[in-house]
Amino acid sequence: MTQVRVPTPLRKLTGGSEAVEAQGDTVASLFADLDTRYPGIRDRICDESGQVRRFVNVFVNGEDIRFLQQLDTPVKSGDEVSIVPAIAGGR
Amino acid sequence: MAAHPAQARFFAGPTAPSEGPLVLPSVLQLIGNTPLVEIQRVRDGVPDGVRLFGKIEGFNPGGSVKDRPALRMVQEGMRQGRLTPGKTILDSTSGNTGIALAMIGAALGYPVTLVMPANVSRERKQMAAAFGAELIFSDPLEGSDGAILLCRKILAADPDRYFKPDQYNNAANPLAHYETTGPEIWRQTAGRVTHFVAGIGTSGTIMGTGRYLKEQNPAVQIVAAEPEDAFHGLEGLKHMATSIVPGIYDEARIDVKLGIATDEAYDMVYRLGREEGILIGQSCGAAYVAALRVARSLREGTIVVLFADFGDRYLSTNLWLGWQQLP
Repeated sequence: MTQVRVPTPLRKLTGGSEAVEAQGDTVASLFADLDTRYPGIRDRICDESGQVRRFVNVFVNGEDIRFLQQLDTPVKSGDEVSIVPAIAGGR
Repeated sequence: MAAHPAQARFFAGPTAPSEGPLVLPSVLQLIGNTPLVEIQRVRDGVPDGVRLFGKIEGFNPGGSVKDRPALRMVQEGMRQGRLTPGKTILDSTSGNTGIALAMIGAALGYPVTLVMPANVSRERKQMAAAFGAELIFSDPLEGSDGAILLCRKILAADPDRYFKPDQYNNAANPLAHYETTGPEIWRQTAGRVTHFVAGIGTSGTIMGTGRYLKEQNPAVQIVAAEPEDAFHGLEGLKHMATSIVPGIYDEARIDVKLGIATDEAYDMVYRLGREEGILIGQSCGAAYVAALRVARSLREGTIVVLFADFGDRYLSTNLWLGWQQLP
């Protein structure tokens, strides 16, 4: 299982949990599994074309997947995936 | 291609040179008196009787609208004896207010400590640090509310050491806009302003400017742009329904509140840069999207949109991802 860290605005989909678990070989399959556990969460992270939304950053063990293999970036059990909005609201 | 509508005005000649003093005693005297620039091309079917103007706050010396409330809050703290020599200015901020406080602290000789989420833009961190501020980072997953809570903890541990302007709850924040931004817009439009549009973060801009303009003409409409969703990429803006609501916020002072999608705001930033030569930040893109929505429903009017900062402090952020994908 891979641990996924969820930002505050998406925690209403995870029952308030800051960290949840999901399964998958890549970030894409991990998000698909995450969506079966917490329906609707993938659409918040990815746009209609399936790409990660422009204002969202996804990190695998602290590395931005835009500099790895995007959604094809491999993940394995024990990895930590973080979903982080590119910015922080409120001035 | 049709001649650019700004060209005729350009050839009418430059504006008169400033008649102000040649030398100022302090950089702080450059705060305020920002220009109002007409938006000529990005109008998208807005009737000819409606004029759109951007109030370009990036011309403040700290680079954003936040210079105004930051200065006013520091002045008020000094006047009230809450900020005295030896104290450190401490606040939570996602960026622009931090840069403003860092600049003002440097100019006045006060140390500054800022608490910000680790995911604010790199330029913001670097600018605040360049002015000599100490930076403390909060968990990026907790957003700006996480910075607010961490800042409260730091203050509680050593309350006598710090002066906390507390922009979310300090009446001097909207007061700065009541005293400067509002009167400037009234003067610059010769009292013709019919709508004021701004993004909503602490709400200081919209509360103070709105109050002044309504006092001059109760018919002026105050329009707030906010992220349409709690999960967004509009740095500086707050989704009020899911955030710690600022003490200075009074929803009754807003006539219209429009939710703007992050992608729409980003695309507007790219267009204003390429079609108007005005490169602004993403919260300004959101405000302008809101302004166009309002403008299209009017037959005539004078709409002033507050552009809180320039876009160059976001070139390291995800905003740039979209720029790179443009044809």
